[in-house]
Amino acid sequence: MRLTVRLFARLRDLAGRAELACEMTPGASVADVWRVVTSRHPPLEPFGRAVSCAVNADFARMDTEVRDGDEVAFLPPVSGGAV
Amino acid sequence: MSLSPLAVVREPLSVEALMGAIEADARTRAEGCGAVAAFVGVVRATHRERQVRYLEYEAFEPLVLNAFARIQAEIGRDWPGATVGIHHRVGRLEVGEASVVIVVATAHRAEAFEACRYAIERVKQIAPVWKHEFFVGGDAWIEGAIADPDDEQARHEARSRACA
Repeated sequence: MRLTVRLFARLRDLAGRAELACEMTPGASVADVWRVVTSRHPPLEPFGRAVSCAVNADFARMDTEVRDGDEVAFLPPVSGGAV
Repeated sequence: MSLSPLAVVREPLSVEALMGAIEADARTRAEGCGAVAAFVGVVRATHRERQVRYLEYEAFEPLVLNAFARIQAEIGRDWPGATVGIHHRVGRLEVGEASVVIVVATAHRAEAFEACRYAIERVKQIAPVWKHEFFVGGDAWIEGAIADPDDEQARHEARSRACA
């Protein structure tokens, strides 16, 4: 099954692209998609624990199962700043 | 309400416009409107001793609107009857320009202040908005929280700050 992956902010800068297509096997999770993305773009790897994700523009978790045609987005930590 | 209460916009933000819309909406509620609190986040000229030239805000818009709707619903649970508006700007912002405007209208002032503070804390925690700072001598992404709307610890923290 084929998915679209979207990368934002620093993840996009590090990967050098905002979007990529991923071929996954049925039963794959968001974490599996992340592994494919980081294998293609190793500079993203250190983000593993700090990344959050969305599937079809709704918040998801790394163990969320993905389906054919899904859009999976990986999000670096969001804009912070001091209190 | 003609103006959408939750929005991501590229144009300069108008505090008055959002305030007017939220107040008008609040007046139609049973409890009426006795207080309107507003928060405006502004681009600061310095950050970590760096001289800021400008900021570029990026957003995953549909997910930002989803996050704003969650915040609105959370406020509806904790401060029943509150009317909430959140507008975030994206694109290039100069020093002194408003990046986010939050307006909360309630029957009484205590809830308006609390819910408004809660809203900005939650925006900072979960809204997928990224700040790219361009300063004298370089640029850097400013990163804060790992966005997780179901993180109860973070929600509790936002509530504690709001109700200090």
